[in-house]
Amino acid sequence: MSAPLLEVRELRTHFATERGEARAVDGVSFDVGEGETVALVGESGCGKSVTGLSILRLIPDPPGRLLAGSSVRLRGEELTAATEARLRQVRGGEISMVFQEPMTSLNPVITIGRQVAEAIRTHADRTPDAGERRPSAAPRQAIEWLDRVGIPDPAQRCNAYPHQLSGGMRQRAMIAMALCTRPSLLIADEPTTALDVTVQGQILRLLASLQSELGTAILLITHDLGIVAQVADRVLVMYAGHIVEEAPVERLFRAPRHPYTEGLLQAVPDLRERRRRLAEIPGTVPQATRWPSGCRFRARCPYAWERCRLPPELRADRAATEGRYRCWLAEEPARRRGRGFASWSRQGSPTGAPESQ
Amino acid sequence: MIRYTARRLLEAVPILLGIVTLTVLLLHLAPGDPATAYFNPNVSPEIIERMRENLGLNLPLHEQYLRWLRSFFTGDFGYSFGQHRPVAQVIADALPNTLVLSAVSLLLIFVLGCAVGALQAVRQYSALDIATTFVSLFIYSMPGFWLGLMLILLFSSPALPEVLRLPISGVTSIDYEFMAPAQRLLDRARHLVLPSFALGIASAAGVSRYMRGAMLEVLSQDYIRTARAKGLPETAVILRHALRNALIPIVSLLGLYLPLLFGGSIVIEVVFSWPGMGRALYNAILARDYPVVMACTFLFGVLVVFANLVADLLYAVVDPRIRTD
Repeated sequence: MSAPLLEVRELRTHFATERGEARAVDGVSFDVGEGETVALVGESGCGKSVTGLSILRLIPDPPGRLLAGSSVRLRGEELTAATEARLRQVRGGEISMVFQEPMTSLNPVITIGRQVAEAIRTHADRTPDAGERRPSAAPRQAIEWLDRVGIPDPAQRCNAYPHQLSGGMRQRAMIAMALCTRPSLLIADEPTTALDVTVQGQILRLLASLQSELGTAILLITHDLGIVAQVADRVLVMYAGHIVEEAPVERLFRAPRHPYTEGLLQAVPDLRERRRRLAEIPGTVPQATRWPSGCRFRARCPYAWERCRLPPELRADRAATEGRYRCWLAEEPARRRGRGFASWSRQGSPTGAPESQ
Repeated sequence: MIRYTARRLLEAVPILLGIVTLTVLLLHLAPGDPATAYFNPNVSPEIIERMRENLGLNLPLHEQYLRWLRSFFTGDFGYSFGQHRPVAQVIADALPNTLVLSAVSLLLIFVLGCAVGALQAVRQYSALDIATTFVSLFIYSMPGFWLGLMLILLFSSPALPEVLRLPISGVTSIDYEFMAPAQRLLDRARHLVLPSFALGIASAAGVSRYMRGAMLEVLSQDYIRTARAKGLPETAVILRHALRNALIPIVSLLGLYLPLLFGGSIVIEVVFSWPGMGRALYNAILARDYPVVMACTFLFGVLVVFANLVADLLYAVVDPRIRTD
């Protein structure tokens, strides 16, 4: 593979809080290739969104802060050292973002047409439609983009305010705003979470079709594994500020390696298996101000043993499967046998019925 | 929008009726009457009695009230026995002066208040924020009449170089009649500086506090993050995306601050000898000049009701979400 589009290395974003330093993102490294779709999954509070925002340095400082040693490279260019002016070119130009809640993420007092046109005008050098670089072309291009993302009657709707549109239409406008500058990377932070299930599918299909048309890479931040299975090429699983597993999507769903990934997958209902009791991962994500020592998943893990008091590294499996994961099981695969969430969470959870034998 | 405006205008009728009723009752309860105000040992009791008859003061309260009501509906407020000329003329002289003073003060209140508040929010906890917060609280706590007197002392002080001195009373200078048009405009503007500042600055300090809060709230919203993620320069984020949203709650303050402004104008107009409605009302109250008191009170009521309507309509202009289309 040639040099990746985006290289994130040892990204650390900490926040000053009343209860001390919250290490929301604590040494995250990954790549995104040109045109690739990478999913970043995990429970809420594990640092997914902060990772996305940190790439564009959109974390408010204070209280947030990107630690020295963090590196974000876009086609080799170090963004953590970039000037504010250069960052503005990158933001919304080379890297765009789509956010979760399209009602609050669009400005309520500006029409959607003007909000899209504003992005086109800001990055006029990136919108090479037939040599039209005059700012006056922006409103017309905005209407074309609203049409392209499937907003009916765009010439009329461009004068609508966000509150006059449905959630799905608002998210389409948001996507138009993000993609109208033909970015090389789109960071989509929970783009469908706030939408109805039927609309979710439409939005995902729209993103996929625009992606193949424009060749945009997508970093999809989500907690919904159903979406990941549908659209991602590669998956990064995040837990407690770390990436705990990285794998091609097919392998991840077929054979999850990290116990956390395993737990996540078993917590998803499978419609084909009618009567399986859903497993749960006991407990909750620990607080970012006090991550546990050693393996951060230790307290919730059915396999944990003494060795987990030491922090594991992200490494490939002995069995040489694709991808890497952050667990001592990679070195001692024999310990995996005979255990797992299904039996463990039944015993561990107070509501679980005791086994009859 | 038109239907809404019409409905609001209709709603204003009972409010104005209430104002009239209250004013009549208050004047009736206040000790003394116009006739005693002119009390003078050389005036015989018969003449005083004749005066009371002339003014209708000997009539029972309900009949006096009906007479007042009639005069409001016909717009004829009668004759000022303090100034010996029709009330309509007194109002015609005073109203424009008050409107000019209020308009300039209002501009000061909202332009200065919003600018300072927005700046404080953008630079939250900076030295600038802390210093201006201190100054605005200081100004806010100052009584207007005292500030007015201090301004007079300062700007008329002989210690001050001639060019820096500002007129401290009236609307124009004595030699106004002999000035060229441009000079006249400048002369009027110079006369406006101190009274409008004394009248508006405390409210401007108040508005700046509201604006700071509103702006801080807006700056933490998701759409501001979106605007930054678009690559907009910070000035565009603040001016185009944040400011307009922060102004929405501020517009409703307009309806709150206008009555305050008119109330303040009574004191400030007296302090700066500004020949407006406030001073006319003040003098009329001292002279028990009932027709002028009634007319001024009523007009202030009309102005406040009207200004509230304007504030509510403005609300719909800045916030598309409450437009009834």
